[in-house]
Amino acid sequence: MDAWQITGFTIATAAAATLLMLPPGLLLAWLMARGRFPGRVVLDTVVSLPLVMPPVATGLVLLMLVAPRGPVGRVLARAGVDVVFTWKAVVLAMTVMGLPLLVRTVRAGIEQVDRRYEAAASTLGAGPLRVFFTVTLPLARPAVAAGAVLGFARALGEFGATIMIAGSIPGSTRTLAVAIYSFAETGRDRDAAVLVAISAAIAFGALCVSNWISSRAGLRT
Amino acid sequence: MIVLDVLLRQGSFTLDVHALLDQPVTALFGPSGAGKTTVLDAIAGLRTPASGSITIDQRVLFDSSRGVNVPPYRRHVGYVAQDVALFPHMSVRRNVLYGRRDGQKLSLATVAEMLEIETLLDRDVPQLSGGERQRVALARALMSAPELLLLDEPLAAVDVERRRRILPYLERVRDQLRVPIVYVTHDPAEARQLADQVIVLEEGQVVR
Repeated sequence: MDAWQITGFTIATAAAATLLMLPPGLLLAWLMARGRFPGRVVLDTVVSLPLVMPPVATGLVLLMLVAPRGPVGRVLARAGVDVVFTWKAVVLAMTVMGLPLLVRTVRAGIEQVDRRYEAAASTLGAGPLRVFFTVTLPLARPAVAAGAVLGFARALGEFGATIMIAGSIPGSTRTLAVAIYSFAETGRDRDAAVLVAISAAIAFGALCVSNWISSRAGLRT
Repeated sequence: MIVLDVLLRQGSFTLDVHALLDQPVTALFGPSGAGKTTVLDAIAGLRTPASGSITIDQRVLFDSSRGVNVPPYRRHVGYVAQDVALFPHMSVRRNVLYGRRDGQKLSLATVAEMLEIETLLDRDVPQLSGGERQRVALARALMSAPELLLLDEPLAAVDVERRRRILPYLERVRDQLRVPIVYVTHDPAEARQLADQVIVLEEGQVVR
């Protein structure tokens, strides 16, 4: 077992997933907090679905979408991109599973931002995009940081959707969570225990960072 | 010249205002709940009337019959709200420069000198007193080169002593920059001192 490879791979893919979920996550959070359009409730439900569905079910839906014959997979295959059972599938699963946590946290943060600041910015000539990037987002920064940490933590522990679309291929798609399961199932309890210890250490670190962010946010306001 | 023809409903409150503002400074005067702030919000574009029209010097900002509703950021209307809403995450300087328009002839130095905020520019917003906030907010609105300036009770949050000190700044804005001002107040003395025209609002209607 290469514990360091597994650990490094898990952190790298979770970090990539977090970066990937930020742009759509911020946009969705903003739309839901401030937008007034038909279908808002539907959008909210769809984004939150992975939070309540069994992760394995979400994984199966993703598999059907990105499989070489699936509606998305077909387009990707034509572009020469193979997703299923590669590291890209790991990142995809992590992104989809982490996104709802990010969106919900950031949305709550944006709702806390006093609209008077946004109104003031707009009378000063700032269009919606400028208002978002210069007023709304900076004022919601603690929530964005907290949401990103939550999304990252969720991505680190992702199992169900990952095993469906990425499998457990040593050295190529095996993350900490998946490896723990694979080792435990094949009787390699010592290896599994080592990875559990590493997982606990990472979780501890993430929680420390999250607490540090929220305490700093508390000091500022 | 501003032509207001506004019908706006908000819960059980109805604002029904028809007025012609053709003086340099107009005071909107009336008891609280008369709809003064709502009128400013409608002119600034922060609240959409149910029907009617709003024009400034032939420029149509809102016209329900023609489906015109210019968004606030294209109205060129400066608005100092009662709570001033300075951005708490920016320095005073960044606040003042936030809305600076290209081709703005007024320099930061001029505005800062006129309102005596030069020494405040590098401070953070939470460090400012009520009167300082008012002046900074006024400077911020002026730097966006507004064609009309809306002031919502600019003196309500400051004590009598400071009130006496801020009034001259408003007079300077009126006399030096010649930006038309619509000024909300519930103090008749204030209305008389600054304004050339007084519009009295009661329960959403112009009574005088």
